Amino acid sequence: MSETVSKPAGSVKAWLTSDTPGSRLQARAINLWFAWSDLVRNPLAVVGLVIITLLILMAVFAPLIASDPPNQQNLADRLMAPGAGGHLLGTDELGRDIWSRIVYGSRVTLQVVALVALTAPVFGLVVGTVAGTIGGWTDRVLMRITDIFLAFPRLILALAFVAALGPGIVNAIFAIALTAWPPYARVARAETLSVRRADYIAAARLQGAGTLRIITGHIMPMCLSSVIIRVTLDMAGIILTAAGLGFLGLGAQPPLAEWGAMISTGRQYLLSHWWVATMPGLAILIVSLGFNLLGDSLRDVLDPRGAQK
Amino acid sequence: MSHSNTAHDPATAEEESAIAGTSLLPRIAGRFGKTLFSLVVTLFGLLVVTFAIARLVPIDPALAVVGPRATQAQYEAVRAEMGLDRPIPVQFATYLGDVVRGDFGRSNLTARPVIEDVRAAFPATLELATLATVLGVLLGVPAGVVSAVNQGRWPDHVLRVVGLLGYSMPVFWLGLIALLIFYGQLGWVGGPGRLDVSYELSYELDVTAYTGSILIDSALSGAWDVFFNAITHIALPVFVLGYFSLAYISRMTRSFMLEQLGQEYVTAARVKGVPERRVVWVHALGNAMVPLITVIALSYAALLEGSVLTETVFAWPGLGLYITQALFAADLNAVLGGTVVIGVAFIVLNLLSDLLYTVVDPRAR
Repeated sequence: MSETVSKPAGSVKAWLTSDTPGSRLQARAINLWFAWSDLVRNPLAVVGLVIITLLILMAVFAPLIASDPPNQQNLADRLMAPGAGGHLLGTDELGRDIWSRIVYGSRVTLQVVALVALTAPVFGLVVGTVAGTIGGWTDRVLMRITDIFLAFPRLILALAFVAALGPGIVNAIFAIALTAWPPYARVARAETLSVRRADYIAAARLQGAGTLRIITGHIMPMCLSSVIIRVTLDMAGIILTAAGLGFLGLGAQPPLAEWGAMISTGRQYLLSHWWVATMPGLAILIVSLGFNLLGDSLRDVLDPRGAQK
Repeated sequence: MSHSNTAHDPATAEEESAIAGTSLLPRIAGRFGKTLFSLVVTLFGLLVVTFAIARLVPIDPALAVVGPRATQAQYEAVRAEMGLDRPIPVQFATYLGDVVRGDFGRSNLTARPVIEDVRAAFPATLELATLATVLGVLLGVPAGVVSAVNQGRWPDHVLRVVGLLGYSMPVFWLGLIALLIFYGQLGWVGGPGRLDVSYELSYELDVTAYTGSILIDSALSGAWDVFFNAITHIALPVFVLGYFSLAYISRMTRSFMLEQLGQEYVTAARVKGVPERRVVWVHALGNAMVPLITVIALSYAALLEGSVLTETVFAWPGLGLYITQALFAADLNAVLGGTVVIGVAFIVLNLLSDLLYTVVDPRAR
């Protein structure tokens, strides 16, 4: 493998597009390469990718991009219009630079997205594959619980959880994850049922693989692409829910720069100083648009059955 | 089973007549029974969750009643009176019985039984969600049809952008922007709340509360000035919520219509010389309506929930505003009562759409 990688760029491309892969790694790399080239041929997907990349860069290099520290107050400069006094997007009611707060707020957004994306799909994947593989009563009980959670209104349930646990960004993330896993369990179970009786599973079982090994080694990988599409499509909804909790004052607490909470404070100055509430909302809109564009295109690439819908 | 062969051969005349006529009702009834069962199980699950949430709270309800300076004996007495000393399953059974009787306890915030507060607030939410759904259907279905017919051309692209924006926009933010433009700048509509303050003061005198819906009540009472004032207030939140409903419904309509337009019966109708307009709007849309019913019911349920944020923005005195205000007053009875009511409405709508689907689509039986 190492000698193939070290070849010059031209043959790396040949290695990636070869129709006779010499190893499992090469086969996977070829698959990924073709999916990638399908994806970047779609201009909307590229827009989505660019937005998300910028968001990540913004979060990583926040201190370099922001013009001021996010919580630096300057009461002399409060509620300044965009562009005035070197404040790109103006200042809020405490004279804090809105652009800088939005830049630092991207860290909070990414943190929410990352934590929910790491917990809810994994939990759903485990529930769905276990239910689908074992079947019988396990399946019935697990799916009934999933259906119960699926039938709940998500935002209201998250509200009730936050009410019990107390407001705060960590509890908000926990509440969102707790209400976000059931669709993943459904998707994973459906995929599991479609491969459960496949010959390769029977072969693995004959070779002595246990149920745990079959689930983790042979069934979960088959569910991954469906779950990944779902995660990307869900991200926008998660961002909007987190922002909604922040707006209600149940998510991030002041003075943490969180976009939803920023809109909430800007609300009091809406009619006289429109930019305080408008700017963070635009940030939310752009980022969730990015995830929606990418998710839509990913579905077209990875799941041809769902394309055109 | 004397005619064992008929049971295995679905093509026999007996079986066919059974499919066509007599066994239709029992099958719908069977489906109804199953739905009812899953309704009960899901509601039970909802109550388990709300009960668990009430137990999770770090506040000791008995301590909250007696205060920190009560003696141990007083504290124990209140605890026993509230039933908190009993085993958890017994407490849950009591809770279940209370909820079934519509008893959600007393709200600390309003000092009234929660069920009365909910009864007062629910019509406002229902009014908002219903009008928004009507708007979403009236605009979303034709938009979806037009975009499917023009697949890949500019009406389709415009609709895709409208839909994507709807999926990506925070509803509370759009509400604020709409207030800023149409109330603050243009002055076309009334501001937050259900009525102007001057009308609110005399509302009880002018209007008889028949239904709790301000539009219906004022029209029935003949108080037309109240009616028109209420319209200027409800228009903006209805358009904001309706936009999200439109985004969802139009997108689903487009996808169902594309599916139908590719079917052979559409080609057959065209070959037969049926006018294109009739093919699209009668033949294809007629069949696309079947799955659309589910979509519309789901979007209605989602709007009931989505109203939490919208009501906060527009100071709309519905269930959503009630729940959020209760949250900040740490009024757990009110929060959980409101959650149960919205949860029940949501679950019932979900299952209703399931049932409607079986009634409308013969294949789903």
